[in-house]
Amino acid sequence: MVTLGDYLIVSGILFAIGFAGVMLRRNLIIILMSLELMLNAANLSLVAFSRFRVVPPGLPNYNVQVFVFFIITVAAAEVAVGLALIVALYRARRTIHVEDLRTMKF
Amino acid sequence: MNPFLFWTFASLMLVFGAAVIINRNPVASALSLVVSFLGLAVLFVSLDAYFIGIIQVLVYAGAVMVLFLFIIMLLDLRAEERRKINWLASAGGIAVALVLLIQIFFVIGHFKAAQQTFPPLTGPSIDDVHSVGALLFSNYNLPFQIVGVLVLVATIGVILLSKRETR
Repeated sequence: MVTLGDYLIVSGILFAIGFAGVMLRRNLIIILMSLELMLNAANLSLVAFSRFRVVPPGLPNYNVQVFVFFIITVAAAEVAVGLALIVALYRARRTIHVEDLRTMKF
Repeated sequence: MNPFLFWTFASLMLVFGAAVIINRNPVASALSLVVSFLGLAVLFVSLDAYFIGIIQVLVYAGAVMVLFLFIIMLLDLRAEERRKINWLASAGGIAVALVLLIQIFFVIGHFKAAQQTFPPLTGPSIDDVHSVGALLFSNYNLPFQIVGVLVLVATIGVILLSKRETR
C-alpha cells in the first residue's frame, strides 16, 4: 500500500528539483517555472495531509484544501505579475539573463 | 491507491519536472512543465481531492502555461543556447539542492506517521466541491474576499507594467 511517507518523499523530491532550478538556471523564465514547481510540491504534501487526517463524518479535512485553493490563486497572480516584470525588464535591458543584470553588484 | 499507478505517475511527474530545469530550450521546458503538472493533478485525484485536481489542470496546465508560452514567444531567447555553462556554479547549486534533499529524507524518516497508510473514508459520499465551497463562503469568507482584491490589484499591476510609456 502507498503510505503517507511516499507522498511526502515525492513532494520533497519535487521541491528539491525546483530549488535546484532556482540555484542552477540563469534564465528568469526558467527560474519562475522552478518557483511554480516548489509551490506545487507544497500543495502535494498539504493535500496528502488533508487525506491522511480524516475528520468525523469520515471525509478528508477540507480546511487544508481551501488553503491549497488560496495557494493556487495567489500563485497564478504571482506568475502574471512576474511575467509582466520580465517583459518590462526585457524592454529596458534587452536581456532576461540574471548574469547580465549587475547594476547592484558590489 | 494502486501502488503501481502511484509510482508510475509520481515518476512521470518527477522526470518531467527534472526535464524543466535540464532542457536548455525554454519552449521544451514549458512543455515539460505541462506534463509535470498533469501528473501532479493525477496524484491529487488519487488523494480523493477531485476539485483540487481539476483546478490544477485548469489553472496551471491551461492558463499559466499559455502565459509562459506567450511570453517565451514574445521575447527572443535564442541567445540562451549559445551560452557556456559555468560548471563550478552548477556543481555548487546541485550540492546545495542535494543537502536539502537529504535533510528532507532525514525528517520524513524520523516522522512516525509517515509509515502509516491512509485511513479509509467512511463518509456518505465525497462531494468535495460542495464541502470546499461551503467552507470558502462561511469560515474563510474574509480571506476569500481579500484574495479577490489581490487578483484585482495583480490585474491592474500587470496592465500598468506592460503599458508602453508615452511621453
